[in-house]
Amino acid sequence: MERRLREAVRYLGYGKNTADERTCGIIREAYRQLEETAEPKSICRVFGMEQKAEGRIKAGPLEITSRNLGNNLRGCVKLVVFGATLGIGVDRLIKRTSVVDMSRAVILQACAAVLLEEYCDRVQAEAGNELEKEGLFLRPRFSPGYGDFDIRYQEPIMQVLDCAKTIGLTLTEGYMMTPSKSVTAVIGAGPFRKNCPTAGCEACGKTDCAYRR
Amino acid sequence: MIRERLGKELLFFDGGMGTLLQAKGLAPGELPETWNITRPDVIQEIHRSYIEAGSDIILTNTFGANALKFHDDACSLEEIVRTAVSHVKEAIAGTCGAEDRTDAGADSGTGSGTCRRVYTALDIGPTGKLLAPMGDLGFEEAYEAFRQVMVWGEEAGADLIHIETMSDTYELKAAVLAAKEHTSLPVFATAIYDGRGKLLTGADVPSVVALLEGLGADAIGINCGMGPEQMMPLLKEYLKYSSLPVIVKPNAGLPVQRDGRTCYDVTPEGFAQQMREIAETGACVIGGCCGTTPEHIRRMTEACRGMSPVPVTEKEYTVVSSYGQSVFLGTGSKIIGERINPTGKKRLKQALKEHDLDYLLREGITQQDRGAHILDVNVGLPDIDEPKLMKEVVQELQSVTSLPLQIDTVDASAMEAALRIYNGKAMVNSVSGKQESMDSVFPLIRRYGGVVIGLTLDEDGIPADADGRIRIAENIIREAAKYGIKKKDIVIDALAMTISSEPEGAKVTLETLKRLREEVGVNTVLGVSNISFGLPRRPVINAAFYTMAMMNGLSAGIINPASEDMMRAWYAYHALMALDANCGNYIERFGNTAPSDGPDADAGASWTGERAGGTSAAGTGAACSQQVSLRECIEKGLREDAAIRTREMLRDQEPLAVIDSELIPALDHVGVGFEQGTVFLPQLLMSAEAAKSAFAVLKEQMAAGDRVQEKAGTVLLATVKGDIHDIGKNIVKVLLENYSFDVLDLGKDVPPEDIVDAVKEKDIRLVGLSALMTTTVVSMEETIRMLREQAPGCRVMVGGAVLNQDYADMIGADFYGKDAMQSVRYAQEVFRV
Repeated sequence: MERRLREAVRYLGYGKNTADERTCGIIREAYRQLEETAEPKSICRVFGMEQKAEGRIKAGPLEITSRNLGNNLRGCVKLVVFGATLGIGVDRLIKRTSVVDMSRAVILQACAAVLLEEYCDRVQAEAGNELEKEGLFLRPRFSPGYGDFDIRYQEPIMQVLDCAKTIGLTLTEGYMMTPSKSVTAVIGAGPFRKNCPTAGCEACGKTDCAYRR
Repeated sequence: MIRERLGKELLFFDGGMGTLLQAKGLAPGELPETWNITRPDVIQEIHRSYIEAGSDIILTNTFGANALKFHDDACSLEEIVRTAVSHVKEAIAGTCGAEDRTDAGADSGTGSGTCRRVYTALDIGPTGKLLAPMGDLGFEEAYEAFRQVMVWGEEAGADLIHIETMSDTYELKAAVLAAKEHTSLPVFATAIYDGRGKLLTGADVPSVVALLEGLGADAIGINCGMGPEQMMPLLKEYLKYSSLPVIVKPNAGLPVQRDGRTCYDVTPEGFAQQMREIAETGACVIGGCCGTTPEHIRRMTEACRGMSPVPVTEKEYTVVSSYGQSVFLGTGSKIIGERINPTGKKRLKQALKEHDLDYLLREGITQQDRGAHILDVNVGLPDIDEPKLMKEVVQELQSVTSLPLQIDTVDASAMEAALRIYNGKAMVNSVSGKQESMDSVFPLIRRYGGVVIGLTLDEDGIPADADGRIRIAENIIREAAKYGIKKKDIVIDALAMTISSEPEGAKVTLETLKRLREEVGVNTVLGVSNISFGLPRRPVINAAFYTMAMMNGLSAGIINPASEDMMRAWYAYHALMALDANCGNYIERFGNTAPSDGPDADAGASWTGERAGGTSAAGTGAACSQQVSLRECIEKGLREDAAIRTREMLRDQEPLAVIDSELIPALDHVGVGFEQGTVFLPQLLMSAEAAKSAFAVLKEQMAAGDRVQEKAGTVLLATVKGDIHDIGKNIVKVLLENYSFDVLDLGKDVPPEDIVDAVKEKDIRLVGLSALMTTTVVSMEETIRMLREQAPGCRVMVGGAVLNQDYADMIGADFYGKDAMQSVRYAQEVFRV
């Protein structure tokens, strides 16, 4: 809980500051509500992949052009295509709460983001364990919208995973995911264990970010 | 016709299509429906193999054929649908050569190749989009996409429509409605459930059954998502609630991923064995979904050949539902919250006139938190576009509460507008024994489903005795039957007349209730508080009468769930009548409360259970003491204390003085703290909410004295088209309102035209636009461009996760607000406050 609490406080824009006891109480309550409401679901498919030229990746039916992703995937032979969501109930809870109490709504929003990250890490670790049996090691997860990996790649990724049917994850015309607390990503797997952090913040180049850990 | 055979004999669907196409070389990501044009031989071959395997119903290869999935024009959707139907028909002709044989005398044959009647079912799958309000696909857009394909399918000769793999009741409704309104074909509808036995959007089996029966589907059931074994408990639930034949089409087990492929492990033999059990349990139409092959189906038809289905029986449940839950009437007494109704409620009238929907939503949420099971919704006011507003309020309420709603209106067009877009099977208030009323309401219930309240009054008024009211009730039930509306879908209002003018009124009502339940066998409802009209201390009479009414068979009372007296009566009645196991609900509700009989016992009572904004251990309430000033209450974000302190201050101070001396300094203090980085967003908003609760008290007081607070100006806020995340915009709204701005909130996903129109109509000087993503900043830019052309005097401020100063400059905004406080400061600058 303490780690979750710290993460939520960070997402709420406190930077290095700590939150007061009352806010912490509401954060704990928010986690309790979310645990009741969230219906986490995920789906992975693993494809063999090759990087033809710098930043041109082909994995199963997916063809992606992104220099940043290319760097991330250097040396990889397989690609885990990944989708996860906390479910529509969380959106409803946040919407409902925002009508009666905006401060609780933003706290729920932050806590849901923490839970989603945690859930993705867990699913990723499971996929990693499977691949380790084949002698492959995972890279950090990389999502459309990171760097030059175009947000619009969400669409083919979700098609490949049949996300609407399998986990109830859909895309709006503006490329927003519904339910909103959802992630799509690709995760490379290569024969060498690379010493890179699995979590996103430290890997990011934006060092002046207000939300940086 | 297949309708005549349904439920009388076991009918067999075909099995999977996708897996077979992949085996023939369909690439991942390729749309399988395009093969109707490019590989007709393969498609027909698959159909033929299912006919030979014994299937009675063959699905067209049109699962994903809708305008929302086929948006590039590489091939004509119409051609895809029409050829899909003809492929099945040709396969049937080629296999039996007797496609047009009449049903009469057709036996189910003994195996492959015989000339049994085989039906062509137009396959309709989901659009792959989530419907508004949670997603961005409009209900009518979804409806239109389905309608188009269904009309082509019927013209091309399909025998029935099979809507399947639906994971959202709303989309299911759009599809069934389109089929019923634009074709004459039988409609089969099946949904996909997850491991908890719910749809992805939350509905349980009774809600889905209630919805589909109400819409007039011919057969309903389950497909995909799991194997036959996992479907068994769901099937049993369907059989418990459904009066329609039940369809079961499982996958060949749960999916397993191998080498990037999805595999299913149940063998044809295993599948056949389990499907036989499913038929024995009561399914009338069986088949396979993902992973099943002609061999699975052949084994299944062989294993089940000669079995006759378990007879379908009429179930007597009275059920109303929403997207996420169902409420049964008949056992105990249900609470219908009456607060969303302007009659006698000044503040609600004002909210309706000002289009302050948040106020209505809060009324809804509060009633749910206090124990309501169903919410009555009445927005009827003179000079209001009731159909439009009713539709809007129903949709908004359904985005914040899962309680079923009761559509309450005398305007038939408002009733229809609401019933059409309602997500679930609604309660309808009401029809009366007047012929004119029945003629206008019953057709709507037949079309959209619903449980309708029948008022025991007719052209001659309200009968003074129970006999007269019973007669009207029976007449209503008889007339409804002409429309195919069953007694279980009617709830009779015995009508409570005030005892201040009708001394025998309560006795007549109670007798009517009792006889309606015992003699007529119908559920009952009452607007309980009418009984005390014109008397002092009405809650005293109301609560006693409520208990008596429940005792005499009141299935649902329309009451104010915020009334402590009424809720005490409700909990006590259920505990006393053994309707509350181990008095659990009673103890949960009253176990930790101190006895309180004062007149203020109702006010500020804190409640347990579902709530989003009440008190909590870490919340407000406890800190209130005489020493805490209003200013401190706001700075600390104590919303309930802020309201209480405001009330106290108003005893000897003018509202405006309270604003100037306490509210404004407090808000300034917090606002500056936020700007300096000593106060953070949650605290800023807690203060804002506390200020809001103080303002609400002030507003009430000023409305009572017919005064209004002078506003600093009107700011229009909108989340731009394509963008459905509005939390940032809502934060700005709360703060602007705190700083005395009127906010015209157009909501989310707002087209540029709507913003421009509103700006011109209301002469708006400042617009705030929010966008979350690079993909939607485009609409922001477009909105600004149109505003510049058509409303050059209007300023535009922008904000949102993806924006920064450069970006804002690039799209031509006047101001970029990094956070909500900056927006307030800019608004102050524009209006020179």
